[in-house]
Amino acid sequence: MGFPEVVTWAVGILLVLAALLTVVRIITGPSVLDRVVGSDVLVSIVVCALGAQTALVEGSSTLPILITLSLVGFMGSVAVARFVARDRDYPVEFDEPQTLEGGEQS
Amino acid sequence: MSWQEFADGLGLVLILAGAILCLTAAIGLLRFQDLLTRMHAATKPQVLGVLLVLLGVALSKEGGLHVGMLLLIGVFQMLTIPVGAHMVGRAGFRTGQVAPSDVHLGPASDHAPEEWGEPSEDEPTLGDPREGEPTLGEAPGEGKSGHEDASGPR
Repeated sequence: MGFPEVVTWAVGILLVLAALLTVVRIITGPSVLDRVVGSDVLVSIVVCALGAQTALVEGSSTLPILITLSLVGFMGSVAVARFVARDRDYPVEFDEPQTLEGGEQS
Repeated sequence: MSWQEFADGLGLVLILAGAILCLTAAIGLLRFQDLLTRMHAATKPQVLGVLLVLLGVALSKEGGLHVGMLLLIGVFQMLTIPVGAHMVGRAGFRTGQVAPSDVHLGPASDHAPEEWGEPSEDEPTLGDPREGEPTLGEAPGEGKSGHEDASGPR
């Protein structure tokens, strides 16, 4: 088992572990925006995995998929962040900015 | 040791570094407590990890066609990631998920003008009232009794 095989197994294990931890954050994220950030990280982990497969596995080229992912990967997070509402699994503990609440002072 | 073997080994090391960055970002995403710190952790594989992996692929694959496509992937990634991060950060700020003490507002000359909204005495103006989004703020005149009724998340 030479150096390329060891690196292939190590990269696979690291990426799978990272993807699992990111999925845990997506499941337990207290707000929608945390889940969106986790989804972005998951997309970039997939990009890393496909690139590593191109380099490490003989006779495979996933570069067109990578171009597509890097082009449209941000649209989901932009769409969700544009229409996100004020929801959260537990109450926010700090004082919220007052000017977000209408601006009119009593 | 020829140049080809050296480039292959260096490419493998770079891909391994990118995978390690992905794992550290996932750990940071799991352990950090705030939205802003999680966004900080999420930036690492999105920019540096992907670029390291692409450089490793470019070093370990022979042929010039791959380099152009890899360059295109890197450029697209670095163009689109800041847009998504900006939108996420702005939405988190406007929906009150960012602590006001975490935001540095800069000098007073950069703040919003008076006609955009009256800032309170103790807290400077935080929002951007130019874009009136009716789903994010309450209607003016509704909260006459102060801010106690609007302190909790809806």
